[in-house]
Amino acid sequence: MVAALMQKPAGQAAPAPSRGLALDIGDVSHHFELDGKPLPVLDRVSLRVASGEFVALLGPSGCGKSTLLRLVAGLDRPTTGRIFADGAPIQAPDPSRVLVFQDPTLYPWRTVWKNASLGLEARGLLKSRRGRVDEALALVGLSDFANALPHQLSGGMAQRAALARALVNDPSLLILDEPLGKLDSLTRITMQSEIVSLWQRSGFTALLVTHDVEEALFLAERVIVFSSRPARIVAEIRNDRPHPRHRGDPHIAELRRQVLNHLGLDATW
Amino acid sequence: MTITAIETASRRTSHAGLAERLGGASLVGGAAGATWLATAALTRFWADKPDSDWVHTDNTALLFAAVGAIIILATASSPWIALSQRIRRYAPWFLLLAVGTASWETVTAKLGLLPMPFFPPPQALIEVVVDDWPRLLEGAIASLRLLAGGYAIGALAGFAIGVAIGWSIRVGYWVHPILRFIGPLPATAWLPLAFFVFPSSGSASTFLIALATGFPVTVLTWSGVASVRSDYYDIARTLGANQRFLVLKVAIPAAMPYVFVGLFMGLGNSFAVLVVAEMLGVKSGLGWYLQWAQGWAAYANMYVALIVTALICSSLITLLFKLRDRLLSWQKGLVRW
Repeated sequence: MVAALMQKPAGQAAPAPSRGLALDIGDVSHHFELDGKPLPVLDRVSLRVASGEFVALLGPSGCGKSTLLRLVAGLDRPTTGRIFADGAPIQAPDPSRVLVFQDPTLYPWRTVWKNASLGLEARGLLKSRRGRVDEALALVGLSDFANALPHQLSGGMAQRAALARALVNDPSLLILDEPLGKLDSLTRITMQSEIVSLWQRSGFTALLVTHDVEEALFLAERVIVFSSRPARIVAEIRNDRPHPRHRGDPHIAELRRQVLNHLGLDATW
Repeated sequence: MTITAIETASRRTSHAGLAERLGGASLVGGAAGATWLATAALTRFWADKPDSDWVHTDNTALLFAAVGAIIILATASSPWIALSQRIRRYAPWFLLLAVGTASWETVTAKLGLLPMPFFPPPQALIEVVVDDWPRLLEGAIASLRLLAGGYAIGALAGFAIGVAIGWSIRVGYWVHPILRFIGPLPATAWLPLAFFVFPSSGSASTFLIALATGFPVTVLTWSGVASVRSDYYDIARTLGANQRFLVLKVAIPAAMPYVFVGLFMGLGNSFAVLVVAEMLGVKSGLGWYLQWAQGWAAYANMYVALIVTALICSSLITLLFKLRDRLLSWQKGLVRW
């Protein structure tokens, strides 16, 4: 698997972008309408993410992190404030910014291969870039399951397929919305390492929402801690330990204590 | 009718082992075969009641004997042959049918306990098949042709309208009230109007069948499209899908299980309208044959036409189930017909 990751993709397939996207979230507030009353979910959030950076957004569940991701993906527009991708305002969804949900959301009527090829098919590129689909499936270790249907996959395999579906598009920003939230702890640990190696290889910018403190610290270079709803940025914690990281590292344990402190949970530690 | 069909189908799995549990397939199979042979003997050697004019009594006995022989052969032969396996599975049914047929033969042809001509014996039905098969075949073809035209138009129109309402708010605004007002009206209520508005009874019936099919297909396609998870659209949109892709490759495939429920309901409705239309206006088809036979007090013909109609309707439902199983094979835990 790791050997496969190291190999340069062969064939006519388009090369992965060498640069990740730089994100600039400027003073974004957002609210929903609930029974006619505005329900604020984001409160003046400002955040800059450098090209190729791995940033984790951490906060209590339901605080509005996922809403921020939807805004970055271009699926919704913020009530106030603006978001720029490489200097251009985000107006609509774009295949350069791909979202991976907590639920794999594979189309049950399509095989794994057809699910992975969705983005290419939607943009009419499938004929010229078929090889990218095979590569992406190989990358996540699903080559043997290309013809399987989603209901035949385990939770971990389905999430890998969703990851392959995202990677096929050579995203310059990978938006991960609790992608490992529903997996068992062993699969989770494996997938965490795989996400790191994918990120290191492909050079995309990664934005990860999670409510698992260890996951955030294990994966990201920077952890942004949010308050409960409406979400405000409470703290920013930098983890400059190089990969591969070790879960038992005392430095990570110290960072974890800090994060929990910011979340108001230090008493339990 | 669809609900009954689905219930029957879901119970089938538990029926599969029944023959075995009844004390060995071969035992039940042997008993079924023997009972059919006994029924044949009863038919052949017990004289029909006096003053009867059934000319096919001997042939009927021969037919019963053939059924018995086939069951015995299937029971004795290798259980790995597909046909023999099926026959074995239904051995308890064959036994019951043999007993039923023998009783029917006895109370009608032999003892004359039931009033004629309302309750003809099996040989009278065989006589109808032998003498009148060209007309029955012609009727079946006419019915199928009428049904196919109306059903196809209704299903296609219903599907297109359903997708349009489910997708476009503006189409929904205009079509939904019409659908709510007209949809629940039984298609047969249009009969008197349709027969003078349309140039021929055939086109009028096609319209009515299309209407009866179209309503459930529209409503279910619509609810299918409306109930597609919004995540499915979000995923496709972030991957660069346009509206056309969202409709054709996301909404429609996701709605297909609902569409098929609509197609089943529509098929059931279309049978009802077909038979009524043929009885009241169209001068051909099985419905017309039924009506005609009843008018001449030809009850044996009526029973045969009923059986043929039942066979056709059941086969069409089976066909639709097969099509669904093929198209929706991606669904987990699909009910098999």
